[in-house]
Amino acid sequence: MMQPDWLEIQFSIIRPRALAALTRQFRDLEIAEESFAISCERALKNWPARGLPDDPFAWLLTVSRNAGRDILRKQSRHYGAEQAEPSEMLEELYIEYIDNEGLRDDVLRLLFICCHPALTPQDQSAVALRIVTGMSVEEISGAFLIKPKTMEQRITRAKRTIASANTPFETPDLIERSNRLNTVMLMLYLTFNEGWSASSGETHIKLPLCNEAIRLCRLLLDLFPSVSELMGLLSLFLFQHSRWTARISEQGNLIPLEHQDRTKWDHAKINEAHALLEKALRHGTPGSYQVQAAIASEHARNQPSSETDWVEIERLYRALYLLEPTPVIKLNHATAIAKTKGPRAAIDILKTLEKELAHYRWYHSALGGLYEEIRDFSASIAAYNEALLLNPTKQETQFLADKISMLEKNF
Amino acid sequence: MQYSILIYGAEGIFEHLAEDEQSEIMQAHRDLQKALEEKGPFGTAQLMPTTNAVTIKPLTDKGMKPLVVDGPFAETKESFLGFYVTDFATLDEAIGFAEKLASPYISLEIRPVTWAGGTLSPDT
Repeated sequence: MMQPDWLEIQFSIIRPRALAALTRQFRDLEIAEESFAISCERALKNWPARGLPDDPFAWLLTVSRNAGRDILRKQSRHYGAEQAEPSEMLEELYIEYIDNEGLRDDVLRLLFICCHPALTPQDQSAVALRIVTGMSVEEISGAFLIKPKTMEQRITRAKRTIASANTPFETPDLIERSNRLNTVMLMLYLTFNEGWSASSGETHIKLPLCNEAIRLCRLLLDLFPSVSELMGLLSLFLFQHSRWTARISEQGNLIPLEHQDRTKWDHAKINEAHALLEKALRHGTPGSYQVQAAIASEHARNQPSSETDWVEIERLYRALYLLEPTPVIKLNHATAIAKTKGPRAAIDILKTLEKELAHYRWYHSALGGLYEEIRDFSASIAAYNEALLLNPTKQETQFLADKISMLEKNF
Repeated sequence: MQYSILIYGAEGIFEHLAEDEQSEIMQAHRDLQKALEEKGPFGTAQLMPTTNAVTIKPLTDKGMKPLVVDGPFAETKESFLGFYVTDFATLDEAIGFAEKLASPYISLEIRPVTWAGGTLSPDT
């Protein structure tokens, strides 16, 4: 007996590939989405009785294509113009994807279209989740903790924006393909981060966003199995995600890495992350995600945090700063230097970032920690107070308030 | 005779399942492992997704350096997900044990083993 739930799972696994192929065929996202929905409805009617087809993907794609053509016919009748179908469409009916060459560029294109530069990163993620993974507006608004109504308006607006984008449908050349991959990887990275460290508000982990980012990253790696940065990105996600249950206390407070209960880490995820990173590094083409994954791998070693190899981590941050010279990475590099050369050296570096990171609350909380180490308590309290003013999450607020009251007692 | 129980299914289905269904599947594996343990030694492995694998291509020339590529290319339909190997008195007995794992999401191939060796130790 086939449960409807299971069919839904099948649909959601097939959806990105099918929608990518349909968007290519009809050059229209609305028709692609609608025709895929129709084919899923038919599958719900047919499959439970007749059993799963040999190739569910091919079945859904064929039915969707027919449904899409019906929609087009109705539309053209509606407008009173009986249009002949372009011959290419007719031919495509009989051509299934024999290899993944065309399909993988279609999936990449679909994701790339969602990353329209006129959209905010959050809207890019939201529209990608709606179109590519097929999450409902309610699920997406739940994931972002935004009112469903607001989210619906934003997605509708975002869809209109991306529908007007003129992304060419020809097979991209190598440079264009790698540009698209970079854009899409950044979108996934930001989606994961949005889930991993909620930028403000009550909840510290928006789990569905992390899960979907991981799923889409897996999909891309399935299609582009030799892109080392994709392996690095997935590895990074898995390292981070392996710690989520250990990261929040029963009271809902954030637990820093060095105080986490390591038995709560998900070791299957850590193993997979190590495997992916090792595989990526064989290519000898380092990139920012691989280096970040390498840093995460040092933190995920199965040993007490007192044995963390800070010399290696400091070296990796130095490499990361060469790849991506941003003040935030310099800040992270400095916190590693605090472990290898002492807090004073790190404070000296942080002082050079004062202007650029004035509004970045992690800057102030890091500075507070360093002043605490050298027992300059008044400077430490001042820095923690500065961080409190920058809209921290509930858990961070608690963490900072605890720090301040503890320091004031010792003062 | 030794038999292998080979598990095939689409990658990624498990992560999509609801939590109670996931734990039902895990429980089936634990039950099977317990039952096998009572019988004698056995080997088992759960495989990571194929995206974590590399493939060494067949040698086309004597003395050539083996070519290592990423992949295999993931099959959307079915992949090899994991296996058990142990001694069963009869094919029926092997089927009886393998049935414990039956679910809508996988097919189970029970294939007799010509030869088996080595040792497996549980990982983390």
